[in-house]
Amino acid sequence: MSEQKNTEGSVQTTGHAWDGDIQEFNNPLPRWWIWAFYASVLFAIGYWIIYPSWPVGFTDKGYLTGVGNTITFKNDKGEDVTTHWNTRALLLEDMQTGPEAMKQKEYLAKVTKASYSQIVADDDMLGFTNAYAKGLFGDNCAACHQAGGAGVMGKYPNLADDGWLYGGSYTQIEQTIKNGRKGSMPGFEDRLSEKQKDDLSEYVLSLSGHEVDRNKAARGAKVFSGEGTCIACHGANAKGNTALGAANLTDRIWSIADVPSAADMEGKKAAIKQVINKGISRHMPAWAGRLSDDEIKLLTVYVHSTLGGGQ
Amino acid sequence: MENHAAPEQEMYQKRIPIFPRSVSGKFRNLKYVILFLAYAVYFLLPWLRWARETGPQQAMLFDLDGRRFYIFDLVVYAQDIFWLAGVLIIAAWLLFFVTGLAGRVFCGYFCFQTLWTDLYMLIERLVQGERPARIRLYKAEMSGAKAMKLGTTHFLWLFVSFLTGLSFTLYWADAPQLVMDFFSGKAPFPAYATTLFLTLSTYVMAGLAREQVCTYMCPYSRFQSAMFDRDTLIVAYDEARGEGKLGRAKLSKALKDIGVRHEQGFGDCIDCGYCVQVCPVGIDIRDGMQYQCITCGLCVDACNEIMDSVEYPRGLISYTSDKALSGEKTRWFKAKNIGYAVSIVATTAALIWSVATRDVLELAVRQVRQPLSVTLADGRVQNSYEIKISNKGLVSSHYRIELDNFHNAELDIGQRDVFTLAPEKTLRVMVRVKVDPFQATQSKTLFHFMVVPQNQKDVKPVQHDAWFYIPQNQLGK
Repeated sequence: MSEQKNTEGSVQTTGHAWDGDIQEFNNPLPRWWIWAFYASVLFAIGYWIIYPSWPVGFTDKGYLTGVGNTITFKNDKGEDVTTHWNTRALLLEDMQTGPEAMKQKEYLAKVTKASYSQIVADDDMLGFTNAYAKGLFGDNCAACHQAGGAGVMGKYPNLADDGWLYGGSYTQIEQTIKNGRKGSMPGFEDRLSEKQKDDLSEYVLSLSGHEVDRNKAARGAKVFSGEGTCIACHGANAKGNTALGAANLTDRIWSIADVPSAADMEGKKAAIKQVINKGISRHMPAWAGRLSDDEIKLLTVYVHSTLGGGQ
Repeated sequence: MENHAAPEQEMYQKRIPIFPRSVSGKFRNLKYVILFLAYAVYFLLPWLRWARETGPQQAMLFDLDGRRFYIFDLVVYAQDIFWLAGVLIIAAWLLFFVTGLAGRVFCGYFCFQTLWTDLYMLIERLVQGERPARIRLYKAEMSGAKAMKLGTTHFLWLFVSFLTGLSFTLYWADAPQLVMDFFSGKAPFPAYATTLFLTLSTYVMAGLAREQVCTYMCPYSRFQSAMFDRDTLIVAYDEARGEGKLGRAKLSKALKDIGVRHEQGFGDCIDCGYCVQVCPVGIDIRDGMQYQCITCGLCVDACNEIMDSVEYPRGLISYTSDKALSGEKTRWFKAKNIGYAVSIVATTAALIWSVATRDVLELAVRQVRQPLSVTLADGRVQNSYEIKISNKGLVSSHYRIELDNFHNAELDIGQRDVFTLAPEKTLRVMVRVKVDPFQATQSKTLFHFMVVPQNQKDVKPVQHDAWFYIPQNQLGK
């Protein structure tokens, strides 16, 4: 039992009374409550001092910046910048030297040391590469090649199919990214007659299995290897040349002439004649200066294995 | 407004110190047994080792970094966190159910505030002595002996607080390693911060604040009344029997015999005050039910002991219901209690079923939609899918990915055909399905991916729906 009689049962009054019988009860707070209040006031004072809190002050920033609480991070130029505590700098610091950032750097070093075949054979390394390179691809490549690498018909090649204009091996893709590519085909508008162009487009369609007028196609074959000088780049068997970026005309993939979506044969021929007339001039910029070798390596794996399916 | 001469009043109330006397009896013994079992579990469980192929070798570990809860042979993943909701719902309903039936038994026997306060009072008694000795010490001038006794008490309290805080952190990391790191200064900051915080809070709550936690801070003690009714068991003083017509009377030679007392109109309560002295929250149970009462039953033990010694019947203070006190029959089976019981059983069954039938192998398929389909050099149409396989079992497994219900389609999963996955690992594989559009008649085909475990007979293959799309203008070409 307590030393004093516990007064909980009988409520104290303040002694004030209104209208004779309306009394004011007194239920005092526990003493520790007021101490907890003072403690929180003290905490707030400490907080004011350590963190930027007042929009006035004698600093050049025009507000109090906090004491003994700075953040150092590297800016875009690689210089160390020390600033007062703020969440933006905290994020930058965390992205550069935080524990997760360090783990990522460590793993990145491991992956970039490995060979292409080692990366692809290891599920963990391949997973890391895909996740990392997806961001790189989105930032640098997707503007033309689109997010999934499907490209744009007539403009930017499709990376998701199994045809490669400049070759689909790791070293070939790496070369493409590093140095860029200049794809060009001369226009034959003035050099060939309309009839020759008509025959030639008939022949080109026959190469990928379309049903065509055989006589016309036979004449077109002569133009292909003769006056048209097409074989110089596309080769005698029309399978193209990856050294020049000349397309394989015997497969079903169309990169420039939009044959698949043309409704009839006339439309398909018109699409091909358009290319014969105007030629092609495409340019992919070099990325060697803009992306590091490590980044290009990861992108190569991503383009080869994930987008292109290793085909 | 009139102002009567106000009595001297304080704005803030000082804590009235409580010096509970020790007592023995069946509720005291029950409290010791529960205290012992609860502490055995709390302090020793993190040290129980458990063999797993990968992952921690600790039976109970909540790995926040790895987003896994290890509970013996059960590994709880982040996506299974709704089980926690189930456990909490069951716990809440169990609390309501028990409170409706038997009042604040949780407060009196199981609440950690009660358990730790009980232990701290035990330490206090072992160091400073029984109630009269403690009151003497409280009133005594500060001296070397007093400082020694108080110092020892507070040191032991802090020691228990520290063990409590450290033991809590052991549930979140490998226990032996963390203890070594802790004392060599190599443990992560959160381990120190948590231990420090819990050391301080345990010391303050169980050592200094004690019953004030229940009366001022705990929300449960305030909303419990919503679950009470006249059939609920409470610790109550039998006022009719104890007071008689003329009230309580001290035990004197003339009033020793119970028959004489009844003849003269006195009640059975001999006003010894033992029930008030043992109360850990400092109330007088004879004043009726009060919100401070945690129904620990120690006053029941105290009164029974006194009744035995004067050879009166037991039960002047007892666990009883308001109805029983007024001579009615206590009713247990009513809609509220039955409803809670049924809900608890149903939810528990659902939770057990959900845990028992959890997938050891999880499969998710995401179709690549940019581009949805690609024409290949040979004219076939290709769709790509990202397949995610998670091995949620406890052993490494080999898996084969197959197509189901899709003729004329070729599955391309790269160079390998069997994937090996360690426990707790997730694998993402890009697979490609190729179909010759010449044979296809519809642009949208539903099929299934199957993941077939190769080395585990008891794990069933899992399948997942997927669609295959062929552009309309390529159908039949």
